[in-house]
Amino acid sequence: MLELNAATVAFSTTGGPVVRAVDGVSLTVPAGQFVVVIGTNGSGKSTLLGSIAGTVRLDSGSIHLAGHDITRWREDQRARLIGRVFQDPRAGTAASLTVLENIAVAACRGRRAGLSWATSRSLRAAAAERLGSIVPGLETRLDQPIGSLSGGQRQIVTLVMATWHRPDLLLLDEHTAALDPAAADRVVQATARLVREHHLTALMVTHSLAQAATLGDRLLLIHRGRIVLDVQGAAKRRLSADDLAYRFDRLRSADQLDESASRTLTALYV
Amino acid sequence: MITLLSTWTFGVALGFVALGVFVSYKLFAFPDITTDGSFTLGAVVATVLLVAGVDPVWATLAGMAAGAAAGACTGMLHAILGIEPLLAGILMMTALASVNLVVLGRSNVPLSGVKTLLDRAEVALLPAARLLGFDDAAAAEAARLGFMLLTACVAVLLLYLFFRTRLGTAMRAGGDTPTMARALGRNTGGLTVAGLAIANSLTALSGAMVAQYQGFADVQMGIGMVVWGMASVFLGAALVGQVRLGGALLATLAGSVTFRLLVAAALRAGLDPDWLKFTTALVVLTALVAPRMLVRKQQASAAR
Repeated sequence: MLELNAATVAFSTTGGPVVRAVDGVSLTVPAGQFVVVIGTNGSGKSTLLGSIAGTVRLDSGSIHLAGHDITRWREDQRARLIGRVFQDPRAGTAASLTVLENIAVAACRGRRAGLSWATSRSLRAAAAERLGSIVPGLETRLDQPIGSLSGGQRQIVTLVMATWHRPDLLLLDEHTAALDPAAADRVVQATARLVREHHLTALMVTHSLAQAATLGDRLLLIHRGRIVLDVQGAAKRRLSADDLAYRFDRLRSADQLDESASRTLTALYV
Repeated sequence: MITLLSTWTFGVALGFVALGVFVSYKLFAFPDITTDGSFTLGAVVATVLLVAGVDPVWATLAGMAAGAAAGACTGMLHAILGIEPLLAGILMMTALASVNLVVLGRSNVPLSGVKTLLDRAEVALLPAARLLGFDDAAAAEAARLGFMLLTACVAVLLLYLFFRTRLGTAMRAGGDTPTMARALGRNTGGLTVAGLAIANSLTALSGAMVAQYQGFADVQMGIGMVVWGMASVFLGAALVGQVRLGGALLATLAGSVTFRLLVAAALRAGLDPDWLKFTTALVVLTALVAPRMLVRKQQASAAR
């Protein structure tokens, strides 16, 4: 279970006002729930994910995961509990290492690295089985540098790596945004399958309203660092991509109104 | 014959620097200028201990340990205090210049009358060298070369084996893509500290070997070593092309020997020794720029 309690992240812009990228967000995600997160550009959804992953420090509030208070844990310590897939396929895998060596590093997640061999025969067999079951043919490329794989294939390997040992939480940060539509589709299908098979608790940020409408058990819409829509169950299933697009437009036009109002006020009084 | 053998021996001895730079620059993308200081540090620590009567093996290992400590310091400047790699290296190199002078006591100390590691190796390997058909004068030099080659091969083998362990693989991953290593639970700061310690212990080993080979330690002897190491790494990579870890390590060693031979040839052809470091820098500059120029040319012709 993931629990955020009044989590706040503030950035001070030079000379300008303090911007709260995450503004007192409280959220409880029960174990096994697949949550999809959407939001306009700059809404704070990536900062929210970063604050859970440990790349961004909370200014106030707390985060609990699987019974631990992880608010003050470093990024690499949180990785004991959290599996992650990034937007950029290059960020989640080490290009100069082979596919199998990348998986070997993932197989040590949350464990001491030590001086035993990284790539054992049993690891090779397990990697071939897991990769081959998702992308037939990938199991023959274990000894190639992972940089030689396509972006979509790399994201699927990263998914397998993130879930090699079942994580208490899987964080997916727009992990299909850098891919062409066909590859994005395959990665989404692999994601849905892995989440279902391993009963994972997952938080997925996406730009795709179609993905947001069809995937997951619960949907969060973030705007200006706050959760402005939180639906699950039947209500989530009723939502279509068009409904979401409509809500998005309304948020954007509200932003524009605010901006023109503040500009008028500035012109009048400053 | 003896000159050629000695060129080889020197090339292999400097090959340890190249291996160190391979670890810091190729695996960690860390242009580590500490190298210039830790090379001298290894030499002066070994020399002072040898003069004090310490066993050559221990003196050499102590030199390596000092180098490892220096590398770890640079790593910590970067990982804990957030200082940029280049600046962290410059700070350590500058600090080490004083340390080296204090340790050595004066700017130059000879090893005359002291039994060094190479003297010992010479005695042990002389029969083998004679067996291979080297005559008396050349046999001694061949024995020294044999010892240096053996040590270098052991170093390559140990590095290869280490970087195939879980810890070593995690270090390579952390050097290649820090975001990935952290997301998989590795403390990349700690890995960098360990990687630079390994790199600089190799560099210091080179310094200790060179001091014992040439028979003196000098506080100036480390100048330009990081560039020498890079030149060797690039030259090695150019010799063999795309290879795996083991091949790349051997190629780096070969690169150092080849570069030493090229330098010897250039000197013989009339290159003024004063221009040696300049030429080395030029070689590294070419190696850095040439691939980019080639790519641009290919892109230009592809666009046409």
